Amino acid sequence: MTPALEAVDVTRSYVLEGVTVHALRGVSLTVEQGDYAAVVGPSGSGKSTLMHLLGGLDRPTSGVLRVGGRDVATLSQDELAQVRNATIGFVFQSFQLLGRTSAVDNVAMPLVYRGTRRAQRRARARAALERVGMGHRLDHRPAQLSGGEQQRVAIARALVGEPQVLLADEPTGNLDTRTGEEVMALLEQLNAEQGVAVVLVTHDLDVAARAARQIRVRDGRLEAA
Amino acid sequence: MAEAFRVAVTALRANRLRSLLTMLGVVIGVAAVVVLVAIGTGAKQEVEQQVNGLGANLVIVVPGRLEIGSAPTRSRLQLEDAEDLGRELGQPGRVAVTISSGETVRFGSRDVFATVSGTNPAVPEVFVRPLARGDYLRDSDVDTRRRVAVIGSGIAEALFDGADPLGRTLSVGGVRFRVIGVFERIGSSLGADRDDEVHIPVTAAQRLFGDVRIDAFALKAPSTDEIEQTRRAALAVLADRYPDEEFSAVTQDQVLGTVGRILGLLTTVLAAIAAISLLVGGVGVSNIMLVSVRERTREIGLRKAVGARTRDITLQFLLEAVLLTTVGGVIGIALGIGGSLGLAAVVDQLPAVVTWWSPALAFTVSAAVGIFFGVVPARRAGRLDPVVALRTE
Repeated sequence: MTPALEAVDVTRSYVLEGVTVHALRGVSLTVEQGDYAAVVGPSGSGKSTLMHLLGGLDRPTSGVLRVGGRDVATLSQDELAQVRNATIGFVFQSFQLLGRTSAVDNVAMPLVYRGTRRAQRRARARAALERVGMGHRLDHRPAQLSGGEQQRVAIARALVGEPQVLLADEPTGNLDTRTGEEVMALLEQLNAEQGVAVVLVTHDLDVAARAARQIRVRDGRLEAA
Repeated sequence: MAEAFRVAVTALRANRLRSLLTMLGVVIGVAAVVVLVAIGTGAKQEVEQQVNGLGANLVIVVPGRLEIGSAPTRSRLQLEDAEDLGRELGQPGRVAVTISSGETVRFGSRDVFATVSGTNPAVPEVFVRPLARGDYLRDSDVDTRRRVAVIGSGIAEALFDGADPLGRTLSVGGVRFRVIGVFERIGSSLGADRDDEVHIPVTAAQRLFGDVRIDAFALKAPSTDEIEQTRRAALAVLADRYPDEEFSAVTQDQVLGTVGRILGLLTTVLAAIAAISLLVGGVGVSNIMLVSVRERTREIGLRKAVGARTRDITLQFLLEAVLLTTVGGVIGIALGIGGSLGLAAVVDQLPAVVTWWSPALAFTVSAAVGIFFGVVPARRAGRLDPVVALRTE
C-alpha cells in the first residue's frame, strides 16, 4: 500500500529578517495508512514546520515529499489544495471553527471545495458529527459549545472528507485534563475502528506516550525513537 | 458560487453597521447620479414642451446675428417689412410682429409691472395663445392705433381681483387702454411669466414707446417639411431689402438644439461630479475589504488548509465587495427615484424625470465599482499563505 505521507531527506529553510533559518535539516519519515504517531520536541525544534510540510501546507526546500502518494514538488498551489482536501484532515489546538456558522455548516465546509452539492454536504456533515458524538448539536454555534465539544466538531470537520490522515496539532492544548482525555480517546477510536492514520504534534509527553510510535524532533532533525 | 454568495451575505450581516456605513458612499453617489440626471432630463423635457407649446413650425426672425453671448442689435425692421414678407412668402397678413417693453399697468389704485407687447392680429394664427374671454386684436385696431388691450390672466387677477375686466379701462404707461380680451392661463415659459403680458396694437405700441422699429417677426411654415425653406425665404426677402444688415431666422429645432446641448452638458457635468462621490464610495469599499481580509486571515488560512483554491477565496471576497456596492446601488437608486419624484412634486420649477437608463447605468457602474475596488483586497486574500494565515492571531 502507498504510504499516506512520505518524506525523503526533506529540508526546509527560510529567510527571516535577513538571516537564513534552517528549520528542518534533512528529515526522512513515513506515515503508513492506519498509523498512530506522535511528533514531539521542544519549541523551535522544527516540529511545526514538519507538521506544515506533512499537511501539504508548505513545500520543502529540498528533498522529496509525497502527500497521498503525490510529489508536492510537481503540484501547483491549487492542485496541492485539492490534495490536502482529499488526503488530510486538520485538527488545530484552537479549533479554528467559524464563529457565526452552525456546527453542521462548519463540518460541511471542506466539501464545498470539492464541489459536493449542499444537501449531500449537510448529510455527510451530520453523519460525521454523529460519529464524534455531536449529533445532538447540529445547529449550535461554536460559542454555544464547550471547548471539548468544539474540538469534537473540529474533528468531525477533519473527518468529513474521508481523509487518509488526521493531522492534530496540540489537539488537547486548550482543553482541561478530562476533556483532553475524551478527545484523545475519540482520536484513538477513529484510528482503531476506521483505519485513519493519526499524527499528533504535541509537547505533552503523556499524550505522546499513548501513540504507537514517537517521532522526536530536535534542531531540525529526527532523533531515533 | 452559491456557497460563496451565502458566505458573503453572512460576512456582511456579521458587521451590519460597518456594511451599511461602507455602502453609504455608494448609496449617496448613485442617488446623486439618479437625481441629477432626472433633473437634467426633466429640464430638457420641460423646455421642449414649452418651445413646442409656442406653436407648430415656427420661424422667428430677429435682427442681427443670434448667438449666445452676442450683443443685442438695434433693429431696423419696420411694420411694412412684415407685410411685404407675408406677401412674398404667400402668407399675406400672417406674419406676427412684436415690439416689447416693460411698462406699469394700472387700474384704480392697483398697479403691476408687465411686459407690454405691440402685436398684430397674426399672433393667434402663428402662436398658440388661446383666449379665456373676449377677442384678440383686429386689423382695424392696428390700422387706427386703437387703444385696446388683451391682458394675461395674471394681470387680470392682480388688477381686477375676480371682477370681469372686459370693457374696463386701464392705464398702460400712463395711456388709457380698454380691455377687449383676456388670455387663458399659460404659465411661465423659459423663465418668463407669460401670464403677465399685455398685448396692444403694434401701432399704438410704437406711439407709446416712441419708436418705429419692430423687435421681431414670427411666421409659420405651412408644414414641418417646409420650415427650412420658409426660413431661407424669409432671410432672402430681408437681405434684399437691407443689403447691409444681418438677420437671423431661427426655428424651434434650432432653439431646442442649442438649449438641449447646454442642458446636456450641464447634466453631464453634474452627473460627473456625482460620479466622483461614487468613486470615493468605491475607495471606502476597498478600504473596508482590506480590513475584512485582515480580520478574517485565520478563516482564509483555514479554508485554504481544507482545500480552498486561490480563486475560491478571491471569488468569495470579490463577491462580498460587489454585494456591498450593488446593494448600496439598489438603495441609492431607490433613494434617487424617490428623491426625484419628491423634488418634482414639491418644487414647481424643478421638473425631474427618471429615465429607465439612469438607474440601469447606476447599477452597472456600482457593480463595476465593486469589482474594480474589490479586486485588490480579494487577490490579497486569495494569495495568503495558509501557514502564515493560520498562525495569525
